[in-house]
Amino acid sequence: MIEVRELTKYFGGRAAIRELNFDIRPGEAVGFVGLNGAGKTTALKILGCVLLPSSGQVRVDGVEVTAEPHEVRRKIGFLPDVPPLYDEMTVGAYLAFAARLRGVTGRDTPVRVQESEDKLALRDMHDEIIGTLSYGYRQRVGVAQALVHRPRLLILDEPTAGLDPVQIVEMRNLIRRLRGEHTVLISSHFLAEISQTCDRLLVIQAGEIVAQGTEEELAAALGTAGEIEVALRGPAATALDVARQVPGVLDAQIAHSAAHEVVLKIRAREDCRPEIARALVLAGHQLLRLDRGASRLESIFIELAQRERLS
Amino acid sequence: MKAALLIARRELGSYLRTMSGYIIAAAVLLVDGILWNAFALGAQQDKHSAEVLSDFFYFSSGTTMIAAVFLSMRLVAEERQTGTLVLLTSSPVRDREIILGKFFSAFAFLAMVTLATAFMPALIMVNGKLSIGQVAAGYLGLLLLGSAALAIGTLGSALARSQVLAAIISGSMLVGLIVVWLLAAVSERPLNDVFLALALWGRHFPPFQAGVINLRDVAYYLLVTYFALFAATRVMEARRWQ
Repeated sequence: MIEVRELTKYFGGRAAIRELNFDIRPGEAVGFVGLNGAGKTTALKILGCVLLPSSGQVRVDGVEVTAEPHEVRRKIGFLPDVPPLYDEMTVGAYLAFAARLRGVTGRDTPVRVQESEDKLALRDMHDEIIGTLSYGYRQRVGVAQALVHRPRLLILDEPTAGLDPVQIVEMRNLIRRLRGEHTVLISSHFLAEISQTCDRLLVIQAGEIVAQGTEEELAAALGTAGEIEVALRGPAATALDVARQVPGVLDAQIAHSAAHEVVLKIRAREDCRPEIARALVLAGHQLLRLDRGASRLESIFIELAQRERLS
Repeated sequence: MKAALLIARRELGSYLRTMSGYIIAAAVLLVDGILWNAFALGAQQDKHSAEVLSDFFYFSSGTTMIAAVFLSMRLVAEERQTGTLVLLTSSPVRDREIILGKFFSAFAFLAMVTLATAFMPALIMVNGKLSIGQVAAGYLGLLLLGSAALAIGTLGSALARSQVLAAIISGSMLVGLIVVWLLAAVSERPLNDVFLALALWGRHFPPFQAGVINLRDVAYYLLVTYFALFAATRVMEARRWQ
């Protein structure tokens, strides 16, 4: 669906992105992860045909972005980091305008508007003035305009930024539903968000892709696959000894110790949660909780950021 | 072209749905009304109807240019400021269609406001004779001057990152083009002819005031409009590289 080769963008003498190379298959949901200023938005704007690259090639569905931007734009739905909304328009009129801009015929427009309103649960807001909507609804209208012409590729830049927890869950469910129907490319600062909605991750750092793959592949490559957290009831020192003796465990530390609960942080070569659980229970400890590290993606990201800084 | 009309219709709707359009229209009508009473009607000595009408078109040309700057400053700069320009630039719409659509909407609104002043010349009929030809020529001149000023304003708006800056750039370009005839007085031929020909107001508008339509003047305003819109389109295209 998307082929990116040696994509570079300079702003003056500074390279915002440098020689990016990646592919995205049709129907795949891919997450763009990176710190502020890493080049995510620049890359998405080039894919969305808003910016032109300084060099390199981008093909969307076999069409070269710089050679035939019009053709590419028909295939793309783009939600920038700030939803492009006209406050004085009603939701229905705005979506109809967006549909007509993307080449939907006058006859088909009402159907497409209704379809995108249904997907985003905006039906009741059809006649509301956009300027009067809450932040969550504005974000939904932003996604609806990106969907209204049934694009093959959906590019969402920070779709959950500023949403409350309920709205985040709703947006996450929506993105999951869109997978398969559209190819989805999302950038987000919410790492948990990305890990729950995307099939694959592209980690961008200082304008370069430093890692790509599934969460498991990235964790295995960085040696963070076996970060495990255990909460139990019982003597902390014994629990630590038991955990350290489990085959595959590299290190174990007491993260927190209180009368009612002890928390251990364990580093292992691989995910050996069953073995740890069995060993602790057999040793007479009451197991309260056993999970991977608080946020595996977070540790992957921190690891990558540290490596980048060192290099 | 379909996209340009689509954009123009939305923009025109925006003028009518928000306060900014009504404020500009009210300001133009108020200032024109005051000037009409103070200069055209309120002069000490008696005037011929043609002179009253000429005075009206004289000061209306000023308010039209100022209104054009205020109308055009928001066209691209406001959308860039609020982030809505991305909706247009990420759609299968050419940059020239975006510029044309915005220009058409502003021109349609300016034309409505300009034509709404028609009751003032009509008042001449109370005590004098009205030359329909002079009125038609005068309004054609106002619309052509307004078109050129709007196109220059659109260029200013495409260049600027904020509306205030857009107004400053457009105003500066307009004033520059108006006072360029002063250079004619201090230069020799053939340079002074060039300066005179370039002047936005000095040589090209007064004939319209008097009811005379010269093809040369019509062509001048249309060319200024074309070149300013062409430059604005180029600026939009160049922004995609930045």
